[in-house]
Amino acid sequence: MTTGSFLLDRHLLSVLIALPAVGAAGVLCLPRERRADIRNASFLVALAEFLVSLLVVARFDPGTAAMQLSESVPWIPRYGIGYIVGVDGISLWLLMLTTFITPIAILSAFSAVERHVKEFMVFMLVLETAMVGVFVAVDLFLFYVFWELVLIPMYFLIGVWGGERRIYAAIKFFLYTFVGSVLMLVAILALFFHHSEAAGFYTTDLMKLYGLAIPLKMQFWLFGAFFLAFAFKVPMFPFHTWLPDAHVEAPTAGSVILAAILLKMGAYGFLRFSVPLFPAAAADFAPMIAALAVVGIVYGALVSMVQKDIKKLVAYSSVSHLGFVMLGLFAFNLQGIEGGILQMVNHGVSTGALFLLVGILYERRHTRLISDFGGLARVVPVFSACFMIVALSSIALPGTNGFVGEFLILLGAFRANAWLTAAAATGVVLAAVYMLWMYQRVMFGEVTHEENRRLPDMNVRELACMLPILLLVFWIGVYPQPFLRRMDATVRAYVARYEAAKQAALSPSAPGETMFTRYFGAGK
Amino acid sequence: MVTGALEYLWLVPAFPLLGVVLNGALALFAERPLLLSGAGAGGVAPYRRAVAVLAPAAVGASFAAALLCVASLAARAPDDRLFVRFLFPWIEAGSFKAPASLLLDPLSAVMILVVTGVGFLIHVYSVGYMSHERAFARYFTYLNLFTFSMLVLVLADNYLLMFVGWEGVGLCSYLLIGFWYDRRSAADAGKKAFVVNRVGDFGFLLAMFLAFWTFGSLTYTEVFARAGGMAASGTLTAGLATTITLLMFLGAVGKSAQIPLYVWLPDAMEGPTPVSALIHAATMVTAGVYMVARSGALFLLAPATMTTVAVVGAATAIFAATIGLCQTDIKRVLAYSTVSQLGYMFLACGVGAFTAGIFHLATHAFFKALLFLAAGSVIHALSGEQDLRKMGGLKGRVPVTFVTMAVAALAIAGIPGLSGFFSKDEILWKAFNAPAYGPVLWAVAAATAGITAFYMFRLVFLAFYGPSRMDPGVEKRVHESPWTMTLPLSALAVLSVAGGWVGIPAVLGDAVGVPNLLERWLSPPGAVGAEHHSAALELGLMALSIGIALGGIWLAHRLYRARPETPGAIAARWPALYDAVRNKYYVDELYDRALVRPAVRAAEWLWQMFDARLVDGIVNGAAVLVRAAGERVRRLQGGIVGGYAFSLLLGAVLIVGYIIYRSAG
Amino acid sequence: MTIGPSAYLLLSAILFGVGVVGVVTRRNVLIILMSVEVMLNGVNVAFVAAGSYLGDAAGGVFAFMVITVAAAEAAVGLALLIALFRLKETVDITELSILKW
Repeated sequence: MTTGSFLLDRHLLSVLIALPAVGAAGVLCLPRERRADIRNASFLVALAEFLVSLLVVARFDPGTAAMQLSESVPWIPRYGIGYIVGVDGISLWLLMLTTFITPIAILSAFSAVERHVKEFMVFMLVLETAMVGVFVAVDLFLFYVFWELVLIPMYFLIGVWGGERRIYAAIKFFLYTFVGSVLMLVAILALFFHHSEAAGFYTTDLMKLYGLAIPLKMQFWLFGAFFLAFAFKVPMFPFHTWLPDAHVEAPTAGSVILAAILLKMGAYGFLRFSVPLFPAAAADFAPMIAALAVVGIVYGALVSMVQKDIKKLVAYSSVSHLGFVMLGLFAFNLQGIEGGILQMVNHGVSTGALFLLVGILYERRHTRLISDFGGLARVVPVFSACFMIVALSSIALPGTNGFVGEFLILLGAFRANAWLTAAAATGVVLAAVYMLWMYQRVMFGEVTHEENRRLPDMNVRELACMLPILLLVFWIGVYPQPFLRRMDATVRAYVARYEAAKQAALSPSAPGETMFTRYFGAGK
Repeated sequence: MVTGALEYLWLVPAFPLLGVVLNGALALFAERPLLLSGAGAGGVAPYRRAVAVLAPAAVGASFAAALLCVASLAARAPDDRLFVRFLFPWIEAGSFKAPASLLLDPLSAVMILVVTGVGFLIHVYSVGYMSHERAFARYFTYLNLFTFSMLVLVLADNYLLMFVGWEGVGLCSYLLIGFWYDRRSAADAGKKAFVVNRVGDFGFLLAMFLAFWTFGSLTYTEVFARAGGMAASGTLTAGLATTITLLMFLGAVGKSAQIPLYVWLPDAMEGPTPVSALIHAATMVTAGVYMVARSGALFLLAPATMTTVAVVGAATAIFAATIGLCQTDIKRVLAYSTVSQLGYMFLACGVGAFTAGIFHLATHAFFKALLFLAAGSVIHALSGEQDLRKMGGLKGRVPVTFVTMAVAALAIAGIPGLSGFFSKDEILWKAFNAPAYGPVLWAVAAATAGITAFYMFRLVFLAFYGPSRMDPGVEKRVHESPWTMTLPLSALAVLSVAGGWVGIPAVLGDAVGVPNLLERWLSPPGAVGAEHHSAALELGLMALSIGIALGGIWLAHRLYRARPETPGAIAARWPALYDAVRNKYYVDELYDRALVRPAVRAAEWLWQMFDARLVDGIVNGAAVLVRAAGERVRRLQGGIVGGYAFSLLLGAVLIVGYIIYRSAG
Repeated sequence: MTIGPSAYLLLSAILFGVGVVGVVTRRNVLIILMSVEVMLNGVNVAFVAAGSYLGDAAGGVFAFMVITVAAAEAAVGLALLIALFRLKETVDITELSILKW
């Protein structure tokens, strides 16, 4: 018992990283015929993980911007690589989102996954370890390890339990993100060697790297490499085409995790690495990234509108939503960034829920085509009510979580660039169009297909998946203060540090200098 | 006795919210199983009785609380009539703070009384009107939710919280228009309403962003105080003020169905009739007027916006009125009439007469709600028939409905002594004195008044007079509505008659010794009676407008009572014009061709060409390239182990040879 | 008389060469395995000779190491061969080309 409390007191984050992996090992030991036990055990592990993660919130001190609950152990001391973990106001809610969504995703797969149950559950738990690791790693090397570790279980989740074109989708997903990752690895190495040249010792400790002054030209290239890695993951327009395929082919639980958490890793990467490490380049790239984000918002919404497959529609809507997130993050002010972080959580909650709901439909009818449905509101009222609430949250109706995030993003972005924000705000209108149009075609009207007449409504397990999500939808919508307050100190310090670093890096530049001459000019 | 009541202001929205929870629970746990099992409608399920009591009671309690609060506010000194109650912090991020706090001042006092008062009557009416409806509890859940949202809208003390109510009422409107979602047209109309409203909300959102970064706050009192200060010091340019207010006005245009975003309101008539009365006549659609009046201090800083508001209002008033001339659906006539009357209210706001706008808002709430409810009573009596061409001769069959509807029609037509007369005349007079285009605005508004009188009495004559044109089956079952419906009708009729006397213009009031209570209530102290124009001119214009109204009624009588064949003859004489008016000037078709279809086509193109061809082309092209290279290289792998061993040996020899060569050389 | 180290190295090279030729040219897997053993023994000769010449015990140690590995290799190799024979009923290496493209 004392060991237990010692672990929870001193090594809370390590416990969070290890728990799902240990659980996965335990599940691996169960005989494969005992499928009910395997399911229950996996769910309990994920649930325990969530309960333990609540301790992080309880112990989190909103008053400080520093990394909290930190642990630091040398790993490969010769190269300054360490096992360093910690949380701050940026990673806290993403960590919580991960531990919140995973048990729901596992629960949702109880009846959906019939083949290779054991392997499925093991992959889910390993995935959780990797995702938690990504969000708490404060060491570049450690981060990269977890970043890549995420790919493997996800690849198998899509490739083994996916739909018809699962192999294509899985490979596309893997290669797309891997191309970015490799570029990032190169950039990490460059950063690593640059630091040793400048400071005289090797390190991959992010907090030490933050203090490094990087020459402008180098910032440009390194930012570019990190940008590609993260932009593929987010995904930003025009690097988004893996997303619809991956989502459509992935099993429901995979889609939920993919949308809720994996996409957030990209945006988190920008926030944690790209901007603080290369502030000058980030400042110069910001208008371009904001423009891409806005294009993504409008493009994703427009393309959503004409989809015939509900899941693909939701996937494209993710492109639009993540555009909002990026727009907020690259506003570089408190409102924008807090809105962006909150919107990441919101998108995880509501789009995750949308995928769950689509999965529920698919389990019953084995189709996801909008035209195969119609009039469901009369047949499955509870389901359609849940769908309505989640859809409204997705289109950011005030009172739901989506509004708080989107409003703060647009508010912050408006200060950075009013015209782009005006263009982005059209996404609010378009979101209503594609969501409500889809909802109408699926739920309203007469029942057009006889086989839909006898659809069973949501069962207890499915309700148990949805209720926590609905609770969060309204909680964040009505009283977001507990969430925002814990980001405040970190984001405030973040913005201040960014501004200072940008000033320091750009102050020697001539006033009329353009980006092109700054990075490619002969003089420098 | 009532001084402490203000502390309980939160109860005003809380009661309907409680109603939502309770009725929602009943809908979910009592009604849903019944509906799924296919049990017959209209049964005597006990939960229906509970709903029938709970839902109106929630709004009634809210009305009582509102009355107490307003009385408490009235007991204060005139310059102290501003009460703010902080409930909890909502969104706070850095300097941005939007609390959930309620504000009661004379303006919101008028609004909450209208909303809860008329709302209560319509809830009672609904109990009767919806008695045959299967989804009884669901209906009242939505209706309570609407009342709650509307109260949040009018009681908010900052723009963001107002926006919560703003979109909340939009949502309820969507849900209630599409209440009979089996009907495709109903679902379409709901979606259209929501989307068009969102276009307006887009403007509202941008206005909030700009206002926040300009004034550093979204709380009304702070915004108006800083706006005044900044305008005085010159830091707030006219252009900036105009931009903010124009964007706000875009929101109002969407919500209050003005040109060019009015198209959703007529379609909204797909909803149950009490909904049309409550949401699409009395309360929600007037939210835009409320917003403009609320932001009066800002709008007055932007003369260009004021002119725009006035012109849009006047144009909408006459445009919608002309469409109302030829509609045959009883509810659509009233819908276009609502659009037109909302135009009046904006006209009033645009000429700076915010009090007149709010006055008309209140009287319009009475008589238009009454018109809709009476129309609902007619529809109810005719088993759902809405086509004016299939009515006629109902006068004696539904006497209460007929009398109350006639009262409402007289009120909206502007017959002296009834509520509509006072408020409309106030607007006409203020428009005449407008700083820009006064006489033109007056002429348009007066012409609209004539058209209004005409089409209202066209409706009355077609429905209640003349020979019956009803289907025989329908005619047999014609019956007067139950008391739950006629009682609200009578109450609203009384209000339609008497409601105008609180805002009697000084030129008349002085003669009979009745003060203009509303103006005193709403205007800041000292402002009352500041302006004074020629009484003779005012009385003359008033007489003229009465004459126009009577002329409209006379024309309607002549065309639809004395000589029923003339309308057809007129239509045949100018077929193009008639078709254009009948088809609502083809505006819906225009929007469809110009906006909706191109957007869908562009989206298809982007998806098929950009996503599938271009980006995926590059991605898959890279894969094909790698594969092609692999095709070539794989021929090296012959599968003969000896071959592999030999190439291994060769490699070793070459490397060793190279090393020896290097060390030797 | 003493034999110089070059003679041992020559023997080692000859043994190794015999082994290489056997590996590359023969088709019977059994013979190839034997040839590999010959190659290893050629290396052993070189180790021992070099160790003795330099007076360093490491050469002998390495030779023992190689012998151990060779034994393990023979065991695993033969086991694989038997498994392969049961599956394919042949020990002809040219017929075992399932890994080719």
